[in-house]
Parts: sequence; structure tokens; C-alpha cells
Amino acid sequence: MTRRNRQPGFKRNRNPVTWLLRHAQMSLSSLGRLTRSPISTLMTAAVIGIALALPSGLHLLVDNVRELSSSWDGTASVSLFLNEAVSDEQAATVREQIGLRSDVAETRLIPRAQALEEFRHLSGFGEAVELLDHNPLPAVVVVRPGDGIQGAEAVGRLAQQLQDYREIDLAQVDLQWVERLGAITRTIERGVLVLAALLAGAVLLIVGNTIRLEIQNRHSEIEIVKLVGGTDAFIRRPFLYEGIWYGLLGAAIGMALVLGSLYLLDGPVRRLAGLYESGFELSLVDPASLLGVVLGGPMLGLVGAWLAVGRHLARIQPE
Amino acid sequence: MIRFDNVAKRYPNGHEGLAGVDLHLAPGEMAFLTGHSGAGKSTLLKLIGLLERASRGQVWVNGRNLNKLKSRDIPYHRREVGMIFQDYRLLHDRTVFDNIALPLVVAGMGHAETKRRVRAALDKVGLLKKEKVYPITLSGGEQQRVGIARALVSKPPVLLADEPTGNLDPELSREIMELFVQFNQVGVTLLVATHDVDLVNRLGKRMIQLRQGRVSGDQTRDQR
Repeated sequence: MTRRNRQPGFKRNRNPVTWLLRHAQMSLSSLGRLTRSPISTLMTAAVIGIALALPSGLHLLVDNVRELSSSWDGTASVSLFLNEAVSDEQAATVREQIGLRSDVAETRLIPRAQALEEFRHLSGFGEAVELLDHNPLPAVVVVRPGDGIQGAEAVGRLAQQLQDYREIDLAQVDLQWVERLGAITRTIERGVLVLAALLAGAVLLIVGNTIRLEIQNRHSEIEIVKLVGGTDAFIRRPFLYEGIWYGLLGAAIGMALVLGSLYLLDGPVRRLAGLYESGFELSLVDPASLLGVVLGGPMLGLVGAWLAVGRHLARIQPE
Repeated sequence: MIRFDNVAKRYPNGHEGLAGVDLHLAPGEMAFLTGHSGAGKSTLLKLIGLLERASRGQVWVNGRNLNKLKSRDIPYHRREVGMIFQDYRLLHDRTVFDNIALPLVVAGMGHAETKRRVRAALDKVGLLKKEKVYPITLSGGEQQRVGIARALVSKPPVLLADEPTGNLDPELSREIMELFVQFNQVGVTLLVATHDVDLVNRLGKRMIQLRQGRVSGDQTRDQR
């Protein structure tokens, strides 16, 4: 081993057990320090909590919407508008033929008369229809794709194949709005990511500023610790742990906020789903994003504290 | 133990703290540093404790050339140099015990050993019954004793004191100085800056006089 300055070295404590023990003590004493001023600690943690809750709550919402649209996506149907010249009997034959296909699960025929009847009832243009001298509506075969046909693309391909039947004028996938919803969801998702990045930056600033004030308050203590031989790591440590605790507390508050909002939303969502005869339920937080918040909070706290400590500790030198 | 070779210190504002000092203190020696304020006493002590670095020349402490110590070694160097200040520099939100334990906590000493050492230090300065009180409730002399106990608790080979009796009356000052003499008897190297020449003369130790950043006089007892 070569020593750069040929003079006696210093004894350094490198025992991992003592090192771990000191860290454990330090983390607890940092927590103790925080609990001694509970109100200001809680306020800081609450701000962090809200900053963490916003993106994770939105993420959860987007997740739910996506799940909702995927469950509708699965039951997407194709409406086959038959040629006006096709009689009701021919229409029934067409329906049978299509029903035999392996990629079709179920078919339903809406004859022209029934279509007119439905239109009269549902559209509100009943009286206008009375004025027409003949039924302008085509017969429709509604096709539910087989289980093998999943997703907008596959359903679209099926529709295209069905379009080739001579009797069929138009095969329309009743999926457009689901696709649009999907596109909206993806846009919002991207927005949530941007928001999450911004709020993560906000958490860094909050923790950094809190730690900066703490360093100022403990200016003389830091000076004295430096005088009696405290290393920079030793002085840094309590502040870093404080950052971690702030992050952890913030994460807990954030989770509580998200779960609380879910609880508040659950009833109305059930009622709404009931009105649409859907069994949809708000899903709870998935473990991955839970882990994200629980780990992300302390990580942000640590980084925020590190930034503050790095900037301000070096400036404090004993005189 | 402490050696200065032609050491100068010029501060960034142009003030010259030391203008060229040669000095040697043998292990176990005790010396007083005297001179008017501004003569460079504090600067000299700061260079030994590495609160400042020399602009020129070499400072040796405990066999190490301080010029060659890296910043990350400074804390370890300070553990070998106990420092005592005129304003005591105690932590007022901690008990006497915790104040004195600080150097040991910083060095990662175990709890039982820390307790034993702090008690021993308290005993030496005669404050054994005050370990649980806060420094603010103590008199100036007692606070300075806490400061002294903190400086010696880690048994450093070198003790520095900068005007340790500056805020104390003559009676307390004499007690504090006698304490230093006792420590010196067990082998600690001591360098005490003070302007109280009368007191120093009575103690009969080596006296180094500074004037305008230079050594203007250096007498041991026999020379006086």
C-alpha cells in the first residue's frame, strides 16, 4: 500500500455493526426531533402528501377508466346494415350464414319494421317518420364477435371481412367512442406523468427548503460538532434521515388522501354503474403504484435533503 | 508535539494574522501564549486546530504535517486536539452530560464507555453532580469547566485554550489555570492563550509572547 503523505494515518471506525447501530440511532433521533414540533412537521408532511396524492389519485382514476373501456371494448359489436333490396327472409338467411362463422359468437337480426318501430320510440322523430311514405331504414344484423376477437383492431378486421358480403351495405364497428375514450385516457395519462414530474420537483423543493431552515436553526450546533471532530457524513446524516422521514410521512398522508377520496367516490360510482346496468366497481390501488408512493416519497425526501445539505453544510465552518 | 516553521497567515481581507512564526512545543510541555489582542494568539491556535490553514510555512502537530492533511482528514485531526474557548461554545439545548459526551458520540464510542468517560471528565473538573442540568443554569466558571471537560473527555494529546478565563473573575481564573496545570502533570501538551500576564507569572510556566504576528519573547521559568 502506498501512502501519499508519509505520515501517521488516523484511526477510522470501520466496524459495520457499529456503523449500522449508529445509523439506527440517528434515524430514530431524527424522528424524535420531528415529533417534538408535531404541527410544523405535519404541515410539511401534508404538503408533500398532497403533492404525492394528486398524481397517484389521477393515475388511479385513469386506470379505472381504462379498465372500464376495456370491459366495453370486449363486448364491442358490429352492426351490419343490409342492402335496402334485401327482403326480411333473405336477411334471416344472411344472419344464419354469418352466425355459422367461427369468429362470430352471436347474431341478432333487426328487421326493417322493427328498426322503424325502435327509431320511432327512441329518436323522438316519430312524427317525422309518419310523413314518409316508405320505411327508409335498412335491416340490421348485430354481430357479437367471438371470444378470439379481442380489441378494436381485430374487431375492425372482422367488420372488413363481413363488408364483403353482397347483401351488406355497411359494416360498422360500434367502437368508435370506445376508441376515442381510449385516446382521451392516453392523453390524460401523459398529462398525469407530466404532473407527477412537476410535483416530484415540488416535493424536492419543499423538503430542501425545510432542511435548509433546519440547518440554519442548528448553525451553532453544526459548528460545535465540527470543532470536536464530527465528519461531514456525521453532520449530514440527521438531516438526510429527516428528509426520509418527511417523505415517508408525506407518502402515508398521500395514501390516506387517495384512499379517502376513493371511499367518498365509491358510493356515487356504484349508483352510476347501477344506472348503466354495469357491475363496474372502483378498483383499489394496485400494489405497484402503492409501492411507488411508499418508496418514492422517502426517495424524494432523501434527494431533497441531500440537495439542501450539499449546498449549505459546507458553508458552515467554525471560527 | 507542536512545531511551527516560519509560518505566516494572511486573511483574504489582507489582514496579517501571523507574519512568520517559529515555535516548538515538546510532548507534555505546557506554555502560555500572551500578547495584545490582534497579536496573533487566536490565529496561532486556529492553525493548530485547522480552523485556518497557513498561508506560508509548515505546521506540525502530533507528528503530522498539517499542510498535507486533506479536508476529509480534518475531523480526525480535531479529535486529537481538544479546544477550549472564551465563550465556552456549549449547546444550550443539551444537558451537561450530553455536551461533554459530544466528542465521543461523534467518534462513535459505545454507550457504556461514553458514560464512564464523561463521569471521569466531570469528576476531574468537579461537576459530578451537575451532569443532568442544562448549561444555562450554571455560572460562568462552571460553564467553562463543562467546556474543559468536553475538550479532555476524548483524552486528546493536545489541549488548546483561547482566553479561557477572559470572562471570569480572578479567583475563578486561578482555579481554571490550576486545572490546566493538573492536566499537564498527567502528560497532556497544553497551549493556553491569555492576556493575564500576572496569573501566568505566578504559575511559572513557559511564556511565549507575540507581537504583530511574530514571537517577541519566549521564556521558560528559569530564564525569568
